[in-house]
Amino acid sequence: MAESVLKEIIPPVTEVQRAPLWRRIWEAVQLPALALFTAFVVGGFIIALSDFKVLEALADTISRLNPLGYALLILTVMVLIGGVLISRRPEVILRRLRFAGTGRQSRWFNIIAVLLTIAAVIILLVVIGFGPVLALAWSAVTGAYGALIEGSLGNSAQIVTALQSGDSRAIALAFYPISESLVASTPYIFAGLAVALGFRCGLFNIGAEGQLFIGALTSVFVGYSITGLPAILHIPLALGAGALGGALWGFVPGFLKARVGAHEVINTIMMNYIAFRLSEWLLNGPMKRPGAVPVSPFIEASAQLPRFFPDPIRFHLGFFIALGVAVFIWWFLFKSKWGFEIRTVGANPSAARYAGMNIALNIILAMCMSGALAGLAGANEVLGVNYNLANAFSSGYGFDSIALALLGRSHPFGVVLAALLFGTLRSGGTRMQNVAQIPIDIIIVVQALVIAFIAAPGIIRAIYRIVKPGEGEVVFTRGWGR
Amino acid sequence: MAPVLELRNITKRFPGVLANDHISFTLEAHEIHALLGENGAGKSTLMNILYGLYQPDEGEIIVRGQPVQIHSPNDAIKAGIGMVHQHFMLVPVLTVTENVMLGDEMLTGGIFLDRRSAAQRIRDISKRYGLEVDPDAYVKDLPVGVQQRVEIIKLLFRNADILILDEPTAVLTPQEVNDLFKVIRSLVDQGKSLIFITHKLKEVLATADRITVLRAGRVVGSTTPAETSEASLAAMMVGREVSLEVDKAEPQLGEVVLSVEHLEVLDERLNVAVDDVTFDVRAGEILGIAGVQGNGQTELVEAITGLRKPISGHIRILGHDVTHATPRRITELGVAHVPEDRQRDGLVLNYPVADNIALQEYYKPPFARGVVIDERAIQREAAALVQRFDVRTPSVHTPAGSLSGGNQQKVIVARELSRPIKLLVASQPTRGLDVGSIEYIHKQIVRKRDEGAAVLLVSPELDEILALSDRIAVMYRGRVVAIVDAEVATKEYLGLLMAGADPTSVPVPERRHKRVEVVT
Repeated sequence: MAESVLKEIIPPVTEVQRAPLWRRIWEAVQLPALALFTAFVVGGFIIALSDFKVLEALADTISRLNPLGYALLILTVMVLIGGVLISRRPEVILRRLRFAGTGRQSRWFNIIAVLLTIAAVIILLVVIGFGPVLALAWSAVTGAYGALIEGSLGNSAQIVTALQSGDSRAIALAFYPISESLVASTPYIFAGLAVALGFRCGLFNIGAEGQLFIGALTSVFVGYSITGLPAILHIPLALGAGALGGALWGFVPGFLKARVGAHEVINTIMMNYIAFRLSEWLLNGPMKRPGAVPVSPFIEASAQLPRFFPDPIRFHLGFFIALGVAVFIWWFLFKSKWGFEIRTVGANPSAARYAGMNIALNIILAMCMSGALAGLAGANEVLGVNYNLANAFSSGYGFDSIALALLGRSHPFGVVLAALLFGTLRSGGTRMQNVAQIPIDIIIVVQALVIAFIAAPGIIRAIYRIVKPGEGEVVFTRGWGR
Repeated sequence: MAPVLELRNITKRFPGVLANDHISFTLEAHEIHALLGENGAGKSTLMNILYGLYQPDEGEIIVRGQPVQIHSPNDAIKAGIGMVHQHFMLVPVLTVTENVMLGDEMLTGGIFLDRRSAAQRIRDISKRYGLEVDPDAYVKDLPVGVQQRVEIIKLLFRNADILILDEPTAVLTPQEVNDLFKVIRSLVDQGKSLIFITHKLKEVLATADRITVLRAGRVVGSTTPAETSEASLAAMMVGREVSLEVDKAEPQLGEVVLSVEHLEVLDERLNVAVDDVTFDVRAGEILGIAGVQGNGQTELVEAITGLRKPISGHIRILGHDVTHATPRRITELGVAHVPEDRQRDGLVLNYPVADNIALQEYYKPPFARGVVIDERAIQREAAALVQRFDVRTPSVHTPAGSLSGGNQQKVIVARELSRPIKLLVASQPTRGLDVGSIEYIHKQIVRKRDEGAAVLLVSPELDEILALSDRIAVMYRGRVVAIVDAEVATKEYLGLLMAGADPTSVPVPERRHKRVEVVT
């Protein structure tokens, strides 16, 4: 017995290479992408069902249904339920049909089942007489999303004719929506990086909004109070002031967390209120421009971030600075030993301490950097877009960035992508409101759905039957308290 | 009579792994059937299939002659199958009764919890099977051994008659292990059938009626305690002869490396955990610290490695006073630390193996140049160490958390022992590991000692202490009650001291015969 056992050799270790880059990217992106898709589908239903014309037509059709229509309607519901049930357990059905039931087979079976179900339901609904309702709903949804795309990316026909005409003003107008999306994305990149960096250190920085305000205050102050500097000095100085102001606002909760264990969520929220009221007071008092409105003076021209195109295109240098900062943060987190420490403290503080890392120092450093990035978002807005600071100027960039960092999985490049998306949605939403009469709140609903699906990846995995949990899933923050 | 439970050709594949390969297994009525295997042999997968947590890719489960489909733990309980997990599933702030009722609440009037009759049933069960427990006690106040009884009562409360115990002795003291074995016996005597998962050979031989050994997802063989021995079971598990004795030469003593003087350390609740402890460890020797867990060993080790500040006394390493030094400074003096809780302190589980290898030295060459981390250098070094220390991992990019416990420990051992160290502090270096890994890690520790390092070994396992140590210190209630030469120490003598006997009243045993050296 033992001898036969001895003859068996344990298989040697085989050196498996890391999965190829495209595969890792796909694995990282598939959940957010599917979450986004699902959110837009659900958003579409909400748009359709909140459209009065659709609802009227629906009520009208139902009131004219005959018994046969009701019977068919019940059949439709059964088809729908049947389709869902079949697509839940493809392996079982395939095996009944004497297929091997492999992953690939069941995947195709599933796709076909879903498509057939949708087709059958639509055909039945049309037969019953819901055709006009479906058409109305379809036009409501496409109208809304069309306006969203046009408002954020521009009208392709307009772009083509403008390019053909060669008229610089026409070209500028054609590209205006895209440029506005990029302008809106810029503060999102900074603030998203701020929150993502906190997450990597196991910190939940809810204070990005407040840090952003303080950054805007300090940079606007440097922007208008210092005169006579060349732009090459004034711009870095103003940006630096913004970063410093934000860093100070991040330092306080970081220090409290590191020294006395006060939870950063509470303290960053409180610091937000201090920042809001402080800026209100400053804009009504010491920093107020002469006149009735509580607004700061305009910054010097030498502190303005240069714009690349004539008005009305506001696209400015800040976008490229943001991209550069994102690359720097990526390098800092994943290539430098400081980043290694911050990530280790975030992933397992006990092991970090065991490995001789200074946890308090790393928490303070991470909060300061996070605050500095959020401060840069504020500085970017005043130096690149507004040229002055008004009350409540930010309208929630800092809060949206929490969602955005989650969507970007706390990776700098993911954050950039998510920021582009959020900026696009934000600038396109305005147009959607004007053209399609869809309240801009639907954008917020879609954003909220995206976050819900990201935060509960189990839903997406269940819907799309993604079996394997993504490798190396990031644990964002630890529980309350310790 | 038909077996109560039969598994036929159970196969389960995970991406890249064949966890269970056509496993067939029967459990007779009134039987204790031990399922033995190294970590990663497929024991847990098999039991999770039986408990409805995984679905098998192939094969059938037959309970009392009827084929059953088990899709969830609820199905398992309906089929009379219950499982006690290695990590208990209890709510600490609830009472025993409330914990037992969870998920199977007895109600009066349809809405009110009927705690009284539930408590009565628990008393009946505990009387019948000798499972002493107070139904009104809060779980958080109970010792681990009693918590385990609560888990067993939970299953009996739900009328399970096929009980699965997953590594039930891993968390118990020797006394509690004996109690558990009595309980197991009485359960079987009263008609229950039991599957006992473990990798501890002695326990299997002492309790099981039948033994099935798994290796690499397959059944290697079935046997009974009468027909087999520790050595042949170990060989079946590992696939080669395993030497259970540690082979070591006379110590070559050098200078004093670690010197601890009148050390006093507090625990979290500010109780004195280490009380006036004094000892030296010299280069080339292994000082073993024996003691039941929770007698100050943890705090002592943390103080020596800089993770906990002593309130008085001195710690010197190679003449440097490190009483208040940081962990980093102590590491840089040439100290390696294999921590007691590998998952909490020793590893970052979602980091790849490579980054875990670099955890102690990530900040200096060759792993870092300036502030830039050299990933290639780290991966090269990690690949070399994985090879040298026989870490079974798909690659150095695999997250450490997805390795088995033994391989996680090997990652730590590889990192700590590959450095040129002067002092090794090893705290329970083989806790929860299988024989193959234990043998390997023991050899590595002895090799470090022979290379001239001082070794401080802390372990509640007397076998381990006796096998490795040159001198043995016994800790009881924070004090070192005796330091004896390993050659005069017997298990009985140490056991008495560990239990708190007065060292002056315990006769020191005769010098033992020199250990027979096993040639491998």
